[in-house]
Amino acid sequence: MNGAQELPVLSVILTAVLLIGGAAITLFGALGLLRLRTFYERAHAPTLGTTLGTGCIAAASMIYFSTLGTWPVLHEVLVIGFVTVTTPVTLTILVRAALLRDRFENAGDVAQNGGRSSLKGIRPNPSE
Amino acid sequence: MSTALVWSIDAALVLLGLAMACGAFRMLWGPRAQDRIVGFDSLYVSAMLLLLTFGIRTGSMLYFEAALMIALLGFVGTVAFAKFLLRGEVIE
Repeated sequence: MNGAQELPVLSVILTAVLLIGGAAITLFGALGLLRLRTFYERAHAPTLGTTLGTGCIAAASMIYFSTLGTWPVLHEVLVIGFVTVTTPVTLTILVRAALLRDRFENAGDVAQNGGRSSLKGIRPNPSE
Repeated sequence: MSTALVWSIDAALVLLGLAMACGAFRMLWGPRAQDRIVGFDSLYVSAMLLLLTFGIRTGSMLYFEAALMIALLGFVGTVAFAKFLLRGEVIE
């Protein structure tokens, strides 16, 4: 890295702020993975990193390589789009699997039918 | 490269490494299988962001391709794990 001494100050500041911000947000999400108590709370925490963290770091990479070269570099849009599309798919399947396992074992705080189910107000309980 | 940018890249690398450590902890000591899968998901996303940051550090676009590959294979792996938990087999 010898040819980068002439980078504009604005792009350096933007790259640094976006990098630190994205990494810090990802770390907060991962700390939530450690601190939250139940699985259904924990499943929410890493999505901080997959949405805002990925967006910030990919934007920093785009800004840096665009000012380093002569034309705009927009490859990182691929990463943002891919992670944004795949994270809800993954977590939906995973939470559905966890719900199935908890219902099967009658474990955790998961209602079998009725009870504290979140569908109680929406769907009428046939036993009532 | 200016010194401030090098310092901020190093700090971002450290923060992302700590995030990877949190994901690895949840993957190794998770009480149940779904906790381990969530830890694995967090681990590979942090590793992908670490590779993007390292690509800025070295000024090479090759790390971007590696990051894209980690995102693809991590997604396929996580969906396969979750499908296994859901149905008992991956390909029916």
